[in-house]
Amino acid sequence: MDFRLTDEQTMLAETVGALLHDCCSGADLRRLLESGAARDAGRWAQIEAMGLPLMLAPEARGGSGLGMVEMALVAIACGHAALPEPLVEHAGIAVPALVAVGRDVPAGTVAVGHPVNPFVADADTAEALLLADGDAMHLVPRAAVTLVRQDSIDPFRRLFRVDWKPAPATRIGGAALWEAALERGALLAAAQLLGLAQRAVDISVAYTKERQQFGKPIGSFQAVKHHLASAQVKIEFARPVVLAASALPASSLARARVSHAKLAAQTAADAASHAAVQVHGAMGYSWEVDVHFVLKRALALGQAWGTPGFHRARVAEHMLSAPLGPDRTFDAVPLQQEARSEAA
Amino acid sequence: MDIRYTPEEQAFRAEVRRWMAAHVPAQPLPDFDSTREGFEAHRQWERTLHAGGWGMVTWPVEYGGRGLDLIRWLIFEEEYYRAGAPGRVNQNGIFLLGPTLIEYGTPEQKARFLPAMAAGDHIWAQAWSEPGAGSDLAGVRSTAVRDGDDYVLSGHKIWSSRAVHADWAFGLFRAPGSERHKGLSLILFPLDAAGVTVRPIQRFDGKPVFAELFLDNVRVPATNRLGEEGQGWAVCMSTAGFERGLMLRSPARFQVAAAKLVDLYRARAGAADPALGAAVAQAWMDADAYALSIYATASRLMAGGAIGPETSTNKIFWSELDLDLHKTALALLGAEAELTAAAPDASADVGDWLDGYVFSLAGPVYAGANEIQRNIIAERMLGLPR
Repeated sequence: MDFRLTDEQTMLAETVGALLHDCCSGADLRRLLESGAARDAGRWAQIEAMGLPLMLAPEARGGSGLGMVEMALVAIACGHAALPEPLVEHAGIAVPALVAVGRDVPAGTVAVGHPVNPFVADADTAEALLLADGDAMHLVPRAAVTLVRQDSIDPFRRLFRVDWKPAPATRIGGAALWEAALERGALLAAAQLLGLAQRAVDISVAYTKERQQFGKPIGSFQAVKHHLASAQVKIEFARPVVLAASALPASSLARARVSHAKLAAQTAADAASHAAVQVHGAMGYSWEVDVHFVLKRALALGQAWGTPGFHRARVAEHMLSAPLGPDRTFDAVPLQQEARSEAA
Repeated sequence: MDIRYTPEEQAFRAEVRRWMAAHVPAQPLPDFDSTREGFEAHRQWERTLHAGGWGMVTWPVEYGGRGLDLIRWLIFEEEYYRAGAPGRVNQNGIFLLGPTLIEYGTPEQKARFLPAMAAGDHIWAQAWSEPGAGSDLAGVRSTAVRDGDDYVLSGHKIWSSRAVHADWAFGLFRAPGSERHKGLSLILFPLDAAGVTVRPIQRFDGKPVFAELFLDNVRVPATNRLGEEGQGWAVCMSTAGFERGLMLRSPARFQVAAAKLVDLYRARAGAADPALGAAVAQAWMDADAYALSIYATASRLMAGGAIGPETSTNKIFWSELDLDLHKTALALLGAEAELTAAAPDASADVGDWLDGYVFSLAGPVYAGANEIQRNIIAERMLGLPR
């Protein structure tokens, strides 16, 4: 038992964090908005140069052969930067689905139209889309669909209604693909929410150290400190849940823990972004400071990939049916084995 | 990262489980705060544990431990709580003072105090707080006056848990004329020494769970001082102090309580407010999150890492989850919640939940009030100005 990141994992998290720190600051986000472009081509080139879009693909298919712990660490960094480009959904959800059915990954990104989400994010810039027709998963070229943009309060969330006609030729798999996509989507939304929560605290710490009232930095007042400390506590107890969920093999416990991770990270991001608005005072309500980028993404991801109610129901299902107790923290009985013991 | 138990760790779990199954008393012991009889029954349990080699598994073998790592300590605790074993009457000794003695004690002090502590022969109380020094611990006024090879202790200590029946106490005293964090020393003294008066304090339910101590020229040898003279603050707040933050409340305690809460919910859900299902799930998740966090910390410490301000995030998290968990239990019990175990028509466990609730109310206050912990997080973890 060693519930610790390896040195390689820590280094990956630091490297991606540093890259995004340098090329995805609040000023970079504002520049992208002013340009009117959907993506920052230079930033995406750097992300591709690091091999991140194919990080989960096997080495034989040009990927890095990394796992969900590494993907979660990258997603935390993407959340912290409020990254506009669709790295997480492409690399963390679309690529593993395509690899699972032996399909080649297209040169550009692949958007994911999971039935749990009402709209498809980043469909306009995608090369192809994964779309649902009942239980079936289809891989459909962008050129074969019609998109209707749905405005989000988060200016970087490019949401679309997708009009399309299923055809047998585009079908690549069934319900199992969507189920796996949901686990990955919820887990990686949780990871991004964790990063967003920490960003909200980081922005607030920097501001409250500088901003003076009553002749002192407002960060020296206990009322302000306690808002941010309470948010940090929520972050500290969401992080190990996200990491454990990313490390568990598929099982009833793993499903419950993905949902736990989503709930804990959503609660942390909600608490941290609201604390950020509060400690910034009127500035926190303005366009000028970066708090709103975090608040808006947290609002969106908190409900995407399964609402809190959806995930609470999944937790309850495990809690009321599985054996519980202090010896079960890592006790992930593989699903096949569970099925076998039920059959016996 | 490898979140599987090794075969050796699994064998260790099986060994603890077998021993607990053979030794944990079938009937719960009378509580250790209400009566001398309950206290002594728990002392006897400490002796039984010690005889089996389970008194404090992380301590070195020479002092009555097994020299085990922190993952095995977690496994031990999981099996301990899973078996429903009695509460540790010597928790202030083994979890708070013990690690400090191991770090700061002279060889003579370790040999003198640790085996007796592990064996249950010395049950310890903490004597830090004073009427004028609670959250502001550096405001203690009790004094230790050096007189040849002795110290003469005087002052008034308060809120000492289990001091009513305990044998020894470890107290924070200052050199006369010193102020704040300077001039403090950590000194061990027997509670039956001449000049010590122990006055029980009733908790709000009437149980004498703590005491105040009046020290009137209590003479102890200077060899009872732990650490250097004047370094008492550093000793109390040391890395050993951080280890206390890890060990005082092991996650298994809350995981067992959460599993019981789920059982209670199953039994009572039909009659209860449907919204309580969410609170039950939250309690189960929080206990799980606390366990995962402690596993992460234990793994890091075993790899040579140092523990930092996460003792403060831990303290806030476990104390709030314990309180919320018990409030949810009382809400599930509904109009029965107010019944004590003595009520003839109370269902089984009703009084236990009430006791647990009363105990959990103190969690956000003791071991450093949660407001103080939030200050520590803000200043040492986030870097906000003092």
